[in-house]
Amino acid sequence: MQVSEKDVEQLAFLSRLDLTAEDKAVYTKSLNAILDYLAMLKKLDTAAVEPAAHVLPIKNVFREDKLRQSLDREQVLANAAEVGEGAFVVPRIV
Amino acid sequence: MKLLTLSVHQLGELMERKEFSSEELTRVHLERISQVEDEIKAFVTVTEEAALAQARAVDQKRARGEELSLLAGIPMAITDNICTDGVKTTCASRILYNFVPPYDAEAAARLKGAGAVLMGKCSMDEFSIGPAEEKSGFFSARTPFAPEAAPGGSSGGAAAVAAGEAAFTLGSDTAGSLRQPAAFCGVIGLKPTYGRVSRYGLISYASSLDQIGPFARDMADLALILNTICGHDAKDSTSAAVAGPDFKKSLINDVKGLKIGLPKEYLANTEPRAAVKIWEAAAQLEELGAVCEEVSMPHTEYALPAHYIISSAEASSNLARYDGVRYGLRVDADDVLNMFSKTRGQGFGDQVKTRIMLGTHVLSAANYDDYYVKALQVRTLIKQEFARTFEKFDCLLTPASSTIAGQSRKETDGPLAAYWSKACNIPVNLAGVPAMSLPFGLVEGLPVGLQFIAPHFGEEILLRVGYTLQQNTEQTRLKPGLAC
Amino acid sequence: MSRYEAVIGLEVHVELKTETKIFCGCSTEFGQAPNTQVCPVCLGLPGSTGVLNKKVAELAARAGLALNCKIGAYTWFDRKNYYYPDLPKGFQISQVFRPIAYQGYLDIEVDGREKRINITRAHIEEDPGKLIHASGSIMTSRSSFVDYNRSGMPLIEIVSEPELRSGAEAKAYLEKLKAILEYTGVSDVKMEQGSLRCDANVSVRPVGTAALGTKTEIKNMNSFRAVQRAIECEVDRQIDVLEEGDSVVQETRAWDENKGITMSMRNKENPDYRCFIEQEVSPIELSDEWIKDLRATIPELPDARRKRLVAEHGLPDYDAGVITSSLALAEFFDATLEKFPEAKKISNWIMGELLRLLNARGMELSQSKITPAGLASLLELIEKGSISNKIGKEVFETMFEEGQEPAQIVKEKGLSQISDEGQLTRIIAEVIAKNPKSVEDFQAGKEKAIGFLVGQVMKATRGQANPGVVNTMLREKLAE
Repeated sequence: MQVSEKDVEQLAFLSRLDLTAEDKAVYTKSLNAILDYLAMLKKLDTAAVEPAAHVLPIKNVFREDKLRQSLDREQVLANAAEVGEGAFVVPRIV
Repeated sequence: MKLLTLSVHQLGELMERKEFSSEELTRVHLERISQVEDEIKAFVTVTEEAALAQARAVDQKRARGEELSLLAGIPMAITDNICTDGVKTTCASRILYNFVPPYDAEAAARLKGAGAVLMGKCSMDEFSIGPAEEKSGFFSARTPFAPEAAPGGSSGGAAAVAAGEAAFTLGSDTAGSLRQPAAFCGVIGLKPTYGRVSRYGLISYASSLDQIGPFARDMADLALILNTICGHDAKDSTSAAVAGPDFKKSLINDVKGLKIGLPKEYLANTEPRAAVKIWEAAAQLEELGAVCEEVSMPHTEYALPAHYIISSAEASSNLARYDGVRYGLRVDADDVLNMFSKTRGQGFGDQVKTRIMLGTHVLSAANYDDYYVKALQVRTLIKQEFARTFEKFDCLLTPASSTIAGQSRKETDGPLAAYWSKACNIPVNLAGVPAMSLPFGLVEGLPVGLQFIAPHFGEEILLRVGYTLQQNTEQTRLKPGLAC
Repeated sequence: MSRYEAVIGLEVHVELKTETKIFCGCSTEFGQAPNTQVCPVCLGLPGSTGVLNKKVAELAARAGLALNCKIGAYTWFDRKNYYYPDLPKGFQISQVFRPIAYQGYLDIEVDGREKRINITRAHIEEDPGKLIHASGSIMTSRSSFVDYNRSGMPLIEIVSEPELRSGAEAKAYLEKLKAILEYTGVSDVKMEQGSLRCDANVSVRPVGTAALGTKTEIKNMNSFRAVQRAIECEVDRQIDVLEEGDSVVQETRAWDENKGITMSMRNKENPDYRCFIEQEVSPIELSDEWIKDLRATIPELPDARRKRLVAEHGLPDYDAGVITSSLALAEFFDATLEKFPEAKKISNWIMGELLRLLNARGMELSQSKITPAGLASLLELIEKGSISNKIGKEVFETMFEEGQEPAQIVKEKGLSQISDEGQLTRIIAEVIAKNPKSVEDFQAGKEKAIGFLVGQVMKATRGQANPGVVNTMLREKLAE
C-alpha cells in the first residue's frame, strides 16, 4: 500500500518533523520504495503464528521501593536550552 | 610504533613489567590519533586531558603495588551512543550535538572501573541508523584498508582498533554494527546475547534489538573484555539474571566434533568473492576436526523486512524524546508545536527522518496488524528456526557481510541499500542470539569476515571456534597497510 | 421526565502510595521544589533504563482484587506515543493490551437504590511531569515551566463501563471507589494533591434506544462535587444541542468551576497513540500463590464494615454508611466505641459536629486535633450531667481546633453545668420576679410559658444550668 504526499504530511505532523514541500515529495518517494519492498511479507502466511512479544522470557524484574539519591537540580537543567525558576522553559503551548 | 598493533594482553603484561607506563602508552595513542584521524575519522570526540589524567592515576596505583586488572591503563574508545559521564555523547546527530550525560553507561563504568583509559568517543551512523551527514558536522568512519572509498559500516570503533587508535573499543549492534564494520576493518566484533551486557546507558535505537559489544584484536582480549562487561545489572530490566562465565576458559584450541551449520540462504545472497572465503574457512575447520554441513533456514529472506519494521517502529518511539526541552538542539519558535517540529526537522538527518516516519506509519492503528504484528510473527518464525537449527548444530558459519568493503553507498542505491548488505547480520538481532565476526583473509586487498552464530548465551562456543582458528591460521590476523 | 438519558463512564487516575517512583528511586513526596526529585530515568535522559517498583505491581493487584477484578496472570507494559512538553520520553509507559486487572465492579447507592457499576479495567501507568504557566493560564501564557518531579509517579487508571446515568451516580461511584482505595492502603486518594483525578466521558441518547450518542470527555474537575456538577451541566448542554437539531462534536472539554460550564479545549489532533509493547520494562507474572498472598492483605472493605456496624452495634444503616465511607472515620468510630460504649451517641457526634466542622473547614480528619479518646471523655461528661449537650458542642469545637482534654476546657472556660440548687434557687426567684406576665400565663394554663422562663434562667446562667433541673425546679416553685 502506497502513501500519498498528504499521508506523509500527516506522518510528519505525528512525528513532529518540519518538512518543506520539496522534502515531502522526496520522502513520499522513498517511503513508497520501502513499503513496496515490505509488501513481500504478504506472501508469508502467518495466521497461526503468535507474535513475538518479548525477545527473551525475562519477567518479574523488580526493584524494592527504596529511595535513591536524585540528581542535583544543576545537573538536571545542565543540558537544557532554556531554564528559569528551577524549571525547563518552553514557548506558548496553545 | 609496534605498540599500536599489540593486544591488550601484550600491552598489559608489558606495563606490569614496567616496560612503559600507561601515560606513555596513552600519549603514543593520542599521537597516532592526531596523525591518522583526518583519513580514518573514527572519533567524534577525543578526550586527551581526561585520558592522560586517567592513565596517570593507573600509573600511580601500579607504583603503589595495587593489584590491577589487565585492562588497567589500556587505551580504549567507546562509540558515541554509549553514555559517558561528563563526556559529550551525541549519537553522531545534530539533535544531540551538545549532550553531556551526567552518568556512565554500565558497560562503560565497568571498563573504567577496571582501569581502561577512555581516549574518546567513536563515530557512528546517526543513531546507528543512517550515514552521518557532512552538513550535520558528523561523518562516516573509513576502513584503514581503503580509506579513500570505503565507509566502515556504521561504527568508527572498528576503524579505531584497526588503525591503532585504541587497543579495543565498545560499540553496539542493532543490525550488524559490530559485525559488519569488524569485517570491513579486519578486527573481531562480537554481539553478545540480548540481555548479556547491560543496556543501561546505551542510547536506544531499537530497544528489542540493540546490544553492546566489543571490537578487539584477538580472542584472548575478547574474553577479557567480555569478562568485564557481561553479567547482570539491576538497573536494566532487559539484563538477564545469568552470571557471566569465565570466558578465558573458552580459549580452547580444539574444535573436534563440533557441528557447524552453513545456512544456504545466507551464502546465496552473498557477494561471490566473499562466499568463496566461507567455504575456505569451512574446509579449514573440517581439517581441524569440526563437522561442517549445509543447512536450510528458509525464513531468512523475511528477516530483513521484519527487522526494518520492528526497528523503525521502536526508533520512532525511542527518538521521540528529542524535542528540544531537556537537552540537545533547540530551534526556537513561537509555540511548542513549532519548536518541536523545527527542532526535530533540523536536528535529524534524512535517513533517521525516513525511519521515524516509517515507524509512525507501521504503528498507526490502520496499519498496525499488517506491518507491526506481521513483523512480530516473522520474528517468532525466525526465533523458532534458529532454535530448531541449534538442535542439530553447535554454531553456524556465515559471511559477516553480504558485501565486501569498498562498495561505497551511493545516493541512488536508495534507502535500503545499506540494509541489504547486512542481510547476514540481521536475523541474529531478531532472534537475540550471539554472533561474532572474525577476520578471514583478504579479497583484492580488502578484508573479509566470517560470522559465527551461537544459541542464546552460547558465547563460549564462539570464543572456542575463534580461538582455534586464530591459533591455526594467519588469515584471522590482518594488519592494515597504513603507514605507521 | 426527560426524553434523554445520560451515558457516563469515568476514568479515574489514582496515585499509588509508594515511597519511590514507578521505575526509579526518586521520592514521590508531594510539594517539593521543582526538578529536585528527578534522575536520568524519570527525566528520560538518553540511555537511561528503569526497573519496575515491586510495590507498584502489588498495590495495583491489590486494588484490582478489592474492586472484584480478574487479575492478569501474565501482563506487560506498552508505550503510548504522543508529544507534550511534560512527557519526558515522548511516550507514556502504560498497560494497553494486557492490564493487570480487568472485569471488576463496585456497588453504589443513590437515593436508597443499589446499583452495580462494572469496571472495565485497572491498569498501571506512569504520570507525566507538570506544567506551570507563566501567567497562570495555559491560554494566555507566552511560556511555561516544566517540573518533572511528578514524572514517573506510579498510577493506576481505573476505567468504568459507561453504566452511570447521572452526576449523582458518578459522585457515588467516586466516593465508593475512594473509600475502597483508602481502606486497602493503595492510595492517599487526595484530590487536592492530585493523587486522585477524574475524567468523565459523557454522552446522551433518547430514552429507550441502545445506540450510544457522540461522547465528549470532560476534564479539569477538582472535587467530587465538581464532577457531579460538570456532568449535569454537560448532559444539559448536549440535550440542548440535540434539541436544536445540531449534533454533539466529539471533543475534550474543560470544566470551569467558577463559571459552572464546560468549554471546548479545541484539541484538533486525532489521537493515534501508536501503542506497542514496551521492551525496556519486564512483564509481570503473578502466580496464584502471589495473588493469594495479596488477597490476604486486603482488609475489611466499606460494605462489609457497614453491615458489621449495623449488626454488631445496632447503628442505623444510614449512619453506618456515612461512617464507613471513609476509613479514617470508621477507625475513629471504632476507637471511640472502645472507650464509650454507646454507638448511636458516637455516631450522632461524628455525623453531626465532626463532619460539620470538617466540611466547613475543608479539612481531612487527620488535620483536626480531635481524638477518639477525647470524644469519649466528652460524651462521658455529658452523660454524667457535668455539661449540657449544647456546651458539649462548644467544647467539641475547641477540642477540634486545639486538641485539649474536654475536662480541662470545661474547667478553664468555666463551663461546668450549674446543678447547685442553692445557686439556681436564687436565679429562679429573680426570673420569676422579673417576669410576672409569664408566671401569670403559666398559672393560667399556658404550658408554653414555662419554656420562656426556662430560657431566661439559661440566659442568666450563660447556658451552664442543666435545663432539666431548671424545668423541674421552676415547676415546683410555681406550684407553691
